Amino acid sequence: MKRVVLKGILGRKFRTILTAFAIVLGVAMVSGSYVLTDTISKAFNVIFASSYSQTDAVISGKKVVQYSQSGNALVSPDVLSLVRNVDGVGAASGEIIDYTGNSDQAKILDKQGNVITGNGNPTFGFGIDPDQPRFNPLKLTVGRWADGKDEVVIDAATADKYGFHVGDRVNIAVGGIHRFRLVGIAKFGDVASVGGATISIFDPTTARAVLNKDGFDIVSVSAKPGVSAAELIANLKPVLPSTVQVQTGNEQAKSDEQGVATFIKLIRYVLLGFGGVALFVGGFVIFNTLSITVAQRTRELATLRTLGASRRQVLRSVVLESLVLGVGASVVGLACGIGLAQGLSALFKALNLALPEASMVIAPRTVIVSIGMGTLVTVAAGLFPAIRATRIAPVAAVREGGAGSTGQTSRRSIIAALAVVGASVASLGFGLYVSGVPTPLRILSLVGGALALFVGTAMVAPRLVKPLASVVGRPAAAFGGVAGRLARGNAIRNPGRTAATAAALMIGLALVTFVSVLATALRGSDAKAITRQLNADYVAVTQNGWASLPTGVGKGIAATPGVQVASSVRGEQASVNGSDILVSGVDPATIANVYRFDWKEQASLARLDGTGAIVSKTMASDKHLRVGSSFVLTTPAGTKFDLRVHGIYAPPRFDPLLGQVVLTTETFDRHFQRPSDSLVLVRSTRSETELAAAVTKYPDARVLTRSAFITDRTKDMQNLLNMLYVLLALSVVVSLFGMVNTLVLSVFERTREIGMMRAIGLTRRQTRRMVRHESVITALIGAALGIPVGIGLAAGVVGALAKYGLSLSIPIGPLVTFGIVAAVAGIIAAVMPARRAARLDVLTALQYE
Amino acid sequence: MSVLSLRRDTATPVVASPVVVSAVEVGKRYGEGDAHVDALRGVSLEIEEARLTAIMGPSGSGKSTLMHILAGLDRPSAGSVSIDGVDITAMNDKQLTLLRRAKIGFVFQFFNLLPMLTAEENILLPLSIAGRKPEQEWLEELLEKVGIGDRRRHRPAELSGGQQQRVAVARALLSRPSVLFADEPTGNLDSHTSDEVLSLLRDSVDELGQTTVMVTHDAHAAALADRILFLADGQIVKEVRESTAAEVLAAMQEVSGR
Repeated sequence: MKRVVLKGILGRKFRTILTAFAIVLGVAMVSGSYVLTDTISKAFNVIFASSYSQTDAVISGKKVVQYSQSGNALVSPDVLSLVRNVDGVGAASGEIIDYTGNSDQAKILDKQGNVITGNGNPTFGFGIDPDQPRFNPLKLTVGRWADGKDEVVIDAATADKYGFHVGDRVNIAVGGIHRFRLVGIAKFGDVASVGGATISIFDPTTARAVLNKDGFDIVSVSAKPGVSAAELIANLKPVLPSTVQVQTGNEQAKSDEQGVATFIKLIRYVLLGFGGVALFVGGFVIFNTLSITVAQRTRELATLRTLGASRRQVLRSVVLESLVLGVGASVVGLACGIGLAQGLSALFKALNLALPEASMVIAPRTVIVSIGMGTLVTVAAGLFPAIRATRIAPVAAVREGGAGSTGQTSRRSIIAALAVVGASVASLGFGLYVSGVPTPLRILSLVGGALALFVGTAMVAPRLVKPLASVVGRPAAAFGGVAGRLARGNAIRNPGRTAATAAALMIGLALVTFVSVLATALRGSDAKAITRQLNADYVAVTQNGWASLPTGVGKGIAATPGVQVASSVRGEQASVNGSDILVSGVDPATIANVYRFDWKEQASLARLDGTGAIVSKTMASDKHLRVGSSFVLTTPAGTKFDLRVHGIYAPPRFDPLLGQVVLTTETFDRHFQRPSDSLVLVRSTRSETELAAAVTKYPDARVLTRSAFITDRTKDMQNLLNMLYVLLALSVVVSLFGMVNTLVLSVFERTREIGMMRAIGLTRRQTRRMVRHESVITALIGAALGIPVGIGLAAGVVGALAKYGLSLSIPIGPLVTFGIVAAVAGIIAAVMPARRAARLDVLTALQYE
Repeated sequence: MSVLSLRRDTATPVVASPVVVSAVEVGKRYGEGDAHVDALRGVSLEIEEARLTAIMGPSGSGKSTLMHILAGLDRPSAGSVSIDGVDITAMNDKQLTLLRRAKIGFVFQFFNLLPMLTAEENILLPLSIAGRKPEQEWLEELLEKVGIGDRRRHRPAELSGGQQQRVAVARALLSRPSVLFADEPTGNLDSHTSDEVLSLLRDSVDELGQTTVMVTHDAHAAALADRILFLADGQIVKEVRESTAAEVLAAMQEVSGR
């Protein structure tokens, strides 16, 4: 029997390859994402490890919060002197260098005076000791390290792209604009830059001056020969203050890598998610194709039964076929994925997202997971056709006319389908609405529910084919002539097959619809939330919208004539009882003119003093606070101070402009080091351009009108949306293969019928058009199934997030576009099968058995 | 069971051979109540060992249905069928499967060869399904007998209709089944190739003692049989032994006229 299977596969090479493609793409995505992220990870690993290879100990401020604008506690120059005198210390140097925080930001200006900050990439400003440059991963390629207050070294990528050469003048905005001379160019490890970031490197003294830091980010220490790292650390610990920590070079390298590692992991999970979707769709395609080929081989399989093959042997032969197909496709997919990873790597480079390179990492885990998943999906999908094959009665070997599948649905299968749909809805409801559920379980019930919903809809679909085809097929029947009418009839005649083909497309369309509707809801809620809070005419923010503004921006706008109110809002992360929260500092005299407080416990802003804080309703309930309660706030630098609750307000859960704790600017400036603004809210009758003129000294600042600000807040979402569309397009491509497959097989099955129609006068062109109409009708059925499912899923999520102010609104435009995309997909899928159908030789076709 | 070798001779008296297949009051009803159709009604017969028995009848007579039931491909609504003394109508699927491996051979109208296997592989297929090794000598003898020796590695697509059917016959004979059922074996062949295949079937009865049941509407084919059963409206209406083609035709007309 094995020979029967293997020879069977070889005999149907073309069809097998077409079917296999469905799995190849999904597996390629999975293996590609693993290879890519593993390689990038290793590259960073190498760079960070090597950068600290000559460092035995690293002293740095303890991290209190993530993503602070002002950075961790600094290591003072006094401590550096102390360290130099500690037993066992060979060399020690203090530096300004922090890859994981936001506090070392310096914006390089291009030759036209615009800030270089593409795509929200970081703009690092570091200070490296020119006498001890070996303590860091940056390596000089041209010139020398900066050693003077007007010298700077920049990264090779920025220098290349913007035409800077050693000796040129470089303007850099840190606070105000500073002028420097370029004395050298550096690389990060062996790559021109890291992830598109710009890097400016000064000497430590200059860096401290421009960044306004009265200490160092880190002090790197190397031990005298013969002294171990452990000894060194033991000697260092006693002289260090409590806000500062010491660890080995390796440990420091690992913490530096943390931020990068998290980011890479995120990319990996996203890519794997889409690979999973592509595989799932591929499973549908396999199921459909194998069902059709099993039906077409009814006589062959029945003959085997008459020759004495048992049901189990038939089952095993079809399963073996899926197994061979699965393993073969997965191996090809693995190879393609490796190629894909290389391609993506090159793409990143071209998009100026230079990432460090290493030789491709092809971990055993990658091979096992890729081949395992691909094979598993194929065999699982092929199981149902295999079981159906065992039900073929031996007597079918003699029946004339070979049984094609009719796809009639029995009562039992409808009940099963509805049960699956019901179970999926229950699972989704559980994941979305039940509170207090551990996150892994929640994710499982959401993902499982979504998959079950797709499967259930596909099971119900055959029943829906007739009504749907009558509707979406009406244009074809009305304007497509004979070809169109025949096409509609063909689609209806075999509802099971039409439904299975449409189901593959349904998944991709449901997902893009879901993403689109959800994004519209999010955008709408965002706009609503901001409109509710904002009472200003203009808002000043940075180019990327989230970096901090120097306080001079607010002052400059306030000083401009014709400005009624310019209310600066300080912003920084802080820690309360171990939770990271956003703290805002506002001017009590002006803030109420530009921001609408939704009071829960009314407070007089005028009476907000140096010990008082307004807290959000959420924080009050989380930390059990009432008006009059006290709590302790810890700044990123480690200083603690007491605050008393003066009032409670309820900002929108979605996109609040002020933090959970609101202080006066004066209080804020007193306790937080290097205060900066998150926004400046302005009321003015002046025009935008006039106000922009007030901030030319701060090239990173922009003044936006209220509506422009709202659009700006959601622009990141639009970029994310576009990226999701591209990734989801992959699953649409997979389903396209499924459609081509099905069409080719159905043309093959209807050879005699097509021959007959050609014999009685159907032209080649009409044949082509008939196949094409059929394909479009099937695709539109897929859209008619997928779009409502997508809307339903989005509605579920929006409902669950209603307490954050989310409300549903259906974007008609994108949905219509998706329908058109589906139709186009149908046309593309039909090209090859239509040509085949038209090329059938009439005589041979008529005689075809 | 010893292999008897009988020569065809018009003067030979009828020798009662052991019964290989027997049917008792077999009926087949489709549908229920007023809308029912009786494809077979109370059919009883015995197929003798080492004989070629033909079943003939006009379309709608139930001859195909009868063969399917005799061969265990279908279950009767009434009555029973036994092969080699064992009642097959009560058998489950597993038992029937084993039966097909050991005791039943098939030749189909449309050859039913697996297109991706060579002629030799097609012939060996029943044995490989059963997991048994072929007797090499027997295989060679069969290949020789059906005349496919030099085309053993060809695929069905490379063989003519007649050659394909001969391969099918060899496939059916290989496991030396108790009974070989042939369903319109010449239905898809021209007269010349029909003759080749029919004489092959005849020879296997004569030389190998293969019990054979053939359903056919071809009078020429039926004329080669030792015994012909005529069916009409689901019942056996006539039985003749050893006729010429002309006699068969006459009998057919008589049967159809009823």
